[in-house]
Amino acid sequence: MKKMEIPLSENLGHGHLACAGCGAAISMRLTLKALGERTILVIPASCWSIIPGFWPYSSYRVTAIHAGFVTGGATASGVRAALDVRGDRETLVAVWAGDGGTFDIGIQALSGAAERNEDFIYICNDNEGYMNTGTQRSSATPQLAWTTTTPVMQPKENPKKDIMAIMADHQIPYAATATVAYPEDLLRKLEKAKKIQGTRFIHLLSPCPPGWKISSELSVKISRLAVRSRVFPLYEIENGRTYTLQEESHVVPVKEYLKLQGRFSHLREVDIEETQRRVDDSWERLLRKARC
Amino acid sequence: MKKVITGNQAVAYGAILSRVDVVSAYPITPQTTIVEELSELIASGRLRTKFLKVESEHSAMAALIGASTGGVRCFTATSSHGLAYMHEMLHWASGARLPIVMVNVNRAIGPPWNIWSDQSDSLSQRDTGWIQLYCENNQEVLDTILQAFRIAEWGKLPVMVVLDAFVLSHTSEAVEIPTLEEVDQFLPPYLQEYAIDTREPMAFSVIATPEYFLEFRYKIQRAMEEVPQIAKKVNEEFKSRFGRGYGAIERYGKEEAEVLLMTSGTVTSTSRIVIQKLAEKGVSVAGIKIKRFRPFPSEEIYEAIQGAKKLAVIDRNLSAGVGGIFAQELRASLYSKEERPPVFGFISGLGGRDITPELIEEAIHYTWEHPRPEEEVLWLGLKK
Repeated sequence: MKKMEIPLSENLGHGHLACAGCGAAISMRLTLKALGERTILVIPASCWSIIPGFWPYSSYRVTAIHAGFVTGGATASGVRAALDVRGDRETLVAVWAGDGGTFDIGIQALSGAAERNEDFIYICNDNEGYMNTGTQRSSATPQLAWTTTTPVMQPKENPKKDIMAIMADHQIPYAATATVAYPEDLLRKLEKAKKIQGTRFIHLLSPCPPGWKISSELSVKISRLAVRSRVFPLYEIENGRTYTLQEESHVVPVKEYLKLQGRFSHLREVDIEETQRRVDDSWERLLRKARC
Repeated sequence: MKKVITGNQAVAYGAILSRVDVVSAYPITPQTTIVEELSELIASGRLRTKFLKVESEHSAMAALIGASTGGVRCFTATSSHGLAYMHEMLHWASGARLPIVMVNVNRAIGPPWNIWSDQSDSLSQRDTGWIQLYCENNQEVLDTILQAFRIAEWGKLPVMVVLDAFVLSHTSEAVEIPTLEEVDQFLPPYLQEYAIDTREPMAFSVIATPEYFLEFRYKIQRAMEEVPQIAKKVNEEFKSRFGRGYGAIERYGKEEAEVLLMTSGTVTSTSRIVIQKLAEKGVSVAGIKIKRFRPFPSEEIYEAIQGAKKLAVIDRNLSAGVGGIFAQELRASLYSKEERPPVFGFISGLGGRDITPELIEEAIHYTWEHPRPEEEVLWLGLKK
């Protein structure tokens, strides 16, 4: 992967309240570096309503608008409209929402905004569950994973919703996956997104130490293993049609990814094999899309 | 210029004349023709207004919260289930102190499905921190929207302008339409105190701990307490410019009357005729129109009821278990006063059934004949 300079500017201040090893804290820091100071961040309810701290303080060094849980797509549409009316085409509007605010409760507002091709970058910070409320399942939680609402006796029954396919089918100009172990890739994608007009979607996987039951120093490693095991491939989709894969040459079995995480510790060999088959199947489908 | 237009057209004219910057709306009967009319007026390109055709009412209000935070003038319109669906965002708009103006066309909330006039939709939003203004005719609808922006931007509170389904929304009346220049004189461009500016980053609607939250709410209460004065000044200026005006309440009919009938919306128009007729026959009755529901005009009402022996209220709304909401608010406002005439709370016309002159007469006669109401909730025109 091509090396690039990471901007020195810091737009996430110190003193924030993220857990030790929070993958999203690294993601946010990198994202704000890429987006720059002329950014208005829209934050629907998520960990990121809390992490920057309590009134009258805030760790965001860019303008931030906290918004209702379901409203990421809608609030950002309104902010963009106001800037347009004011003749400000320079300022960038970006949503930073969790997987709950994107895959589940916020999908209607997001779908509406994407259909209207509203001009903003929407970043889904996916930690695969309702982590801010203490790890309940979301439709982004992987099949068979433990959460507090999917206990090990009855782990999550259904596969993770394919949000990238959903967004691609809105025919938005740009959608991409990214994760913290690949900062150059994340920055490159954000830079690319910044240059495009219309709805741009970044699906960002951010490991969550308490929610995934992982040791806090393992976030980056697990993020890398998610890509290497093809659980979370890195790719881009332009205009809902053109797929570009950032293939990892170093491929590992899914087991390598699962075994470091307490949320999968109840999995039997057959469950791991089933998970491997599912991951292989998703990868095949992605390759088919990328080839045509 | 006078034009014969429907209530919904009056709404669209009011919004356009206010030079709204961003409109965000979702269609619902009987509000739909507002959305259509606004689409036409905006598409004609005479204004720079941006119209977000969102996928739901919840998003309509959320988008305006974003746009209003961005420092521009915002407008929407809805009705009934649409308003109920917005509920969460109504709290957000007032909590964030955003001067959004919204029209609500009063319609019943189902089930059973019903598209006709009923105030239960707007009144069930009474605790959301919005100013609420009810209109009696199409002229008042247009004028109230112009005033609403002034009040909202001055008091930093959102305003809901309310009109009856069909009786106003789809009924044509002659309306004096001021020119854009005249309205510009009355309603200057919106200048927000805390508009977003990336050169000076700020965080909006940050989480507040128990140590601070109480004070945020205290400030909203204080802002509401200032609304009567603000609204009065705005109305006086409006009156001096346009020769028309509307108080928080309007007392009409005989100066001295034993029975006072309180109504809101179009029921007032019918009541005016009934009261005049009865007064000519020697019945000691006069009327009070309540325009402003939030903040409730307790002082204005108390002043207006001096000398009255009994108060009758006709509510086209229901808070099940309590009865009519205007009656309930009136009783509460009188409790701390010295003079507390009995309040006769009538429910009528729910789901758009006509509140006929006969029913209004029945309410007045009942009040006239009984020293106190026999029941807390009295029903007019109920099929037995």
